[in-house]
Amino acid sequence: MGPLIFRHLSLSSFGLPPVWTAGGGSELNIVAVLNCMYDLIQLHRRGLRTLENMEVEQLKSNSNVDFLQLSTTRLKEQLEISKRENTGLLERERQLQLKVKSLQNCLKNEKEEVQKLQNVIASRASQYNHEMKRKEREFNKLKERLNQLLVDKKEKKQAIDVLNNIGRADGKRSLWKTEKTEAKHEGEMYKTLLSDYDTRQRELQLENAELRKVLQQMKKDMVSILSSRKQAAKDVLPTLLNFIQAASEEEDEVFDSSKDSVELYCVHAREKLTNSIRLQWRRLKSHVERLDSQAQTSESKTADAVPRETHEEEMDRLKLEIQQCKDFIQAQQQLLQQQLSSPCDEETASLLSDCYMLQEKERLGDEWKTLEEQRKIFERERRNFTEAAIRLSHERKAFEEERATWLKHQFLNLSPFSDSKKPSLSKSKSAFLICECLFLFPSLSEPPSCVPLTSPSTADLYRTLCLIPEDRYGLDLNF
Amino acid sequence: MLWLSYIMQQKYYSVPKDENEGGLVLFCCSHQATCVQYRLVVRDVSTLQILQLYTCLDQVSHMEWSSDSLFILCAMYNRGLVQVWSLEQPDWHCKIDEGSIGLVSSRWSPDGRHILNTTEFHLRVTVWSLCTKAVSYIKHPKACQKAVDFSRDGRYLALAERRDCKDYVCVFVCDDWHLLRHFETETQDLAGLEWSPNGCVLAVWDSCLEYKVLLYSLDGRLLSTYSAYEWSLGVKSVSWSPSSQFLAIGSYDEKVRILNHITWKKIAQFEHPAILDSTKATVYKEVEKRPAVGSDEMSLHSITIGTTLFNTQSKYEISPLPVQIPVVKPDPDRANPKIGISALAFSSDSRYLATKNDNMATAVWVWDMQKMSLQAVLEQTSAVRCFQWDPLRPRLALCTGNAKLYLWSPGGCVSVQVPAEGGFQVQSLNWHCSGDSVILLGKEQLCLCYMDTDQEDK
Repeated sequence: MGPLIFRHLSLSSFGLPPVWTAGGGSELNIVAVLNCMYDLIQLHRRGLRTLENMEVEQLKSNSNVDFLQLSTTRLKEQLEISKRENTGLLERERQLQLKVKSLQNCLKNEKEEVQKLQNVIASRASQYNHEMKRKEREFNKLKERLNQLLVDKKEKKQAIDVLNNIGRADGKRSLWKTEKTEAKHEGEMYKTLLSDYDTRQRELQLENAELRKVLQQMKKDMVSILSSRKQAAKDVLPTLLNFIQAASEEEDEVFDSSKDSVELYCVHAREKLTNSIRLQWRRLKSHVERLDSQAQTSESKTADAVPRETHEEEMDRLKLEIQQCKDFIQAQQQLLQQQLSSPCDEETASLLSDCYMLQEKERLGDEWKTLEEQRKIFERERRNFTEAAIRLSHERKAFEEERATWLKHQFLNLSPFSDSKKPSLSKSKSAFLICECLFLFPSLSEPPSCVPLTSPSTADLYRTLCLIPEDRYGLDLNF
Repeated sequence: MLWLSYIMQQKYYSVPKDENEGGLVLFCCSHQATCVQYRLVVRDVSTLQILQLYTCLDQVSHMEWSSDSLFILCAMYNRGLVQVWSLEQPDWHCKIDEGSIGLVSSRWSPDGRHILNTTEFHLRVTVWSLCTKAVSYIKHPKACQKAVDFSRDGRYLALAERRDCKDYVCVFVCDDWHLLRHFETETQDLAGLEWSPNGCVLAVWDSCLEYKVLLYSLDGRLLSTYSAYEWSLGVKSVSWSPSSQFLAIGSYDEKVRILNHITWKKIAQFEHPAILDSTKATVYKEVEKRPAVGSDEMSLHSITIGTTLFNTQSKYEISPLPVQIPVVKPDPDRANPKIGISALAFSSDSRYLATKNDNMATAVWVWDMQKMSLQAVLEQTSAVRCFQWDPLRPRLALCTGNAKLYLWSPGGCVSVQVPAEGGFQVQSLNWHCSGDSVILLGKEQLCLCYMDTDQEDK
C-alpha cells in the first residue's frame, strides 16, 4: 500500500491523473497507469531533450565566451599596437616638423646668401661697366688723337730749355752708368735691407729677453707660493715636498742657464723654460683647485650660506664702525675749526684758554692737595720721630751716665753686704738688665722710659736707632 | 691747449680744380706759394709778405715745390708745358715742352733736380734732368690710382707697369734712374703701391674688384699676401704707420684691418657700426649755438662783420651712449659706391689712427693703436671734407666746408671759428711742417691759422 500511495502522490505532483482511487480497491487502472507511464516517458524524454538543448546551449555559450575572450585579447593587442604606432607617428611628425624648421632656416640663409651674392654681382657689374665706359672713352680719345696726329703735319718735338744747368742737390758730380755703379746700387739695397732686419732682430731680441725675464719671475713666484703653502696644507705635504724637490731641481737648471742668459737661444733651453712654466702653472692650478674644494667641503658642513652671512654681518659692522669713526673725526674737526676760527673776546678767551685742561687741572689740584696732606703727615711723623730719636738719645745718654754711675757704685760698693740702695736697685736693676741685654744680647727690649709712640713703627725706630752707629761708649751696637 | 693768436687772410682767385688738388696753394717750410691763373706769387710763410712774382705761359694746372724748397714747378697740362722757377735766382728759367705727346701729370723727384712727366694716355714717363738736360724714358706706366711712389729717403722709385695684360713693378734708383728690380705682381689689376716709411717694404694692392694686398721686400721678393674676403668690393685705402709697424687697410665693407710688420697677419680689425653701444670711447658731437635773433647784437657793425649772422658758433658736447651716427645708404647701381673707408691717417707718433667711413661722412673715428680700440668719434654737422694730423704732435685738424676749423687731441676737441668775411668755406687744410700753423683753403680765399705754442708741459 505504501508504495502505491507514494506513487499516487508522485503522479499528482507531476500533474498526471491519479491512477488509483482510494475506493477502487487495489485494482490499478492499467490504462491510467499506462497513460501515466506514457506521460512519464514523454516527460522524461522532454526533460532529456531540454537537457540536451541546454547542454548544447551551454556549449554554444561557452564557445561564444571563448570566442569573445579571444577577440578581446586580440583587440587589446591591436589597440596596443595602434597606440604604439600612433606615438611613433607623432614622434616622426615632430621630427619632421623640426626638420622643416631647420630647412626653412637653411632656406632663409641661402636666400640671404643669394641676395648678398646678387648684390655683389650687381656691384661688380656696375664696376665693370664703369671701367668699360672709362676705357672706351679713353680709347676714343686715343683714336681722335691719332687722327689728329696723322692729319697734323707739324710734329712738335719734345724739348727742354734751361738757362743754365744747375748743380746736383748733393753737390757731387753725376757718375756714368757702369756695372760698378749697378753693383754699388745692389749693394746699397741689400745693405738697407740688412740694416732693417738687424734693427728688427735687435728689437725682437730685447722683447724676447724681457718676456723671458717675466717668465722666470713668474716661475719663481709660483715656486715660492707652492712652498709657502706647504705649512698650510698638511695632507698634501708629501706631494708638495715632491713639488719643491722637483721645482728646486728645475730651479737649479734654470738658475744655471740664467747666468748665461745670452746663450738661451738654443731651442732646447727655450723649450725647457716654457715647459717648466707650463708644468708649474698646472701644478699651481691643481693645487688651488684642491684648496678650493677643501674650502668648499669645510664650508658645506656648516651650510654654505652661513659663512657668507657672518661675513656680511662683519662687513656691515665694520662699515658702521668706520662711519661712526668718520663722523666722530668730522665732529672733532668742526669743533677744532670753530675753536680756531671763532673770534672770542679776552675774558672768554682767558676763560676758555685753559678749558681743555680744566678737568685735568682740577684733578691735579686734588691730587696735589692729598699729596700735600700726606706730606704734612709725613713731616709730622718725621718730626715726631726725630723728637723721639732725640729724646731717646738723651735718655740713652742719661741711661749711660746712670749706668756709669751705677757701675761706679757697684764697683765702689763691691761688698758682701747687701745693697741698701733699694730705690736705685730697681733702676739699676733695670739698668743692669738693660746693660746685660746690651752686652750679651743686643736684642730689642722696650726701654721703660720711652714715650709710647702711637705709630706702630716704634720698634722699627728703635731698630733703626740701634742701627745708628753710636760708638761713644764703645758698644758695638751694630748688628 | 691751443690758442689762435694770429690769423691773417688773403684773397686769391683760382681756377676751378678737380677735387683732388687742394687748390693752388702750397707750403714749403719757409715759403708759401699761391698761383692765380698764370701768375705765381711767393710769400714768406710767417708774414705773408710777397717775395717773388713769376708769370707762366698758360693757365697753371699743377704746382709743386722741390724738396729743397729752391724751385717751383708749374705744369700746364693743356699746353703740355712745364715751367720751373728758382727762388734764389729769379732770372733763372726752365721750360719743358712735351710736344705732341701731351702731358697728364708732372712731379719732382726727391732730389729736386729731376722732373717726371707722364704723357697723355700714359704712354710713357719722361724723366728730365735739370742738371744734365738728359732724358730717360720709362715705358708702359700704369694708369691707376697710385702708380708712382718715391721712398721716404728719396733713394728709390716704385712704378707700376702694365704690359701684356699683366702687372709689373719697377724699382728705380733715383740716383741715376737705374732699373734695380722689375718683377711681376700677383694682382689682377694693380690699383696702387706705397713704400713703407723705412723704405724696405712695398705694399701693393689690387683694384676694388678683388681684395688683395701684396707685400714685397725692397729686392723684389714677395713677403706676404693678405686677402680678407672674396667677391665683395675690396680695398679702398691703404696707409702705413710712420714707424712702419702697422699697415692699415680700409675696405668697402666698412672695416679697417691692421697688419703687423713681423708676421704680416691681421692683428686688429676696426669696425664702424652705425650704433655705438658699449665702448669706452668718447663721442663728441658738434652742436651749433643758434645766434640770438632780434637781440642787440643785430647792429650794423655785426652784420657787416658777418660773424654772428652767417656763421653760427658751435661747440662740442660729449654724447652719452648709445649713439646713432647718421648713415647715408649709397646708390647700389653706381660704381665706386660711397661706402667704405676712404681716408686713413696715422698720427706722427703712430699712436692714433683717424678713419672716415664714406656712408657716415659726418663722422671721423680716432683709434688708439696702443690699446687697439676706439678712442673718440667726432660727429660733425656736415660732411667732413678733409682731415690731417699735425706733423709733430698727436693733434688732428679737420674741416667740413663751413667757416670753422676743428681740432682734436687726446685732451679734448675744440671748434674754432675762422674770422673771415662773407662765406668763407674751408674746403681743405694743410699743416705746416713745424706743426705751428695750418693753412685753410677755401674756394677763393685762404687763411693761415697759427697755433700758440703751449708754454706749460702737459
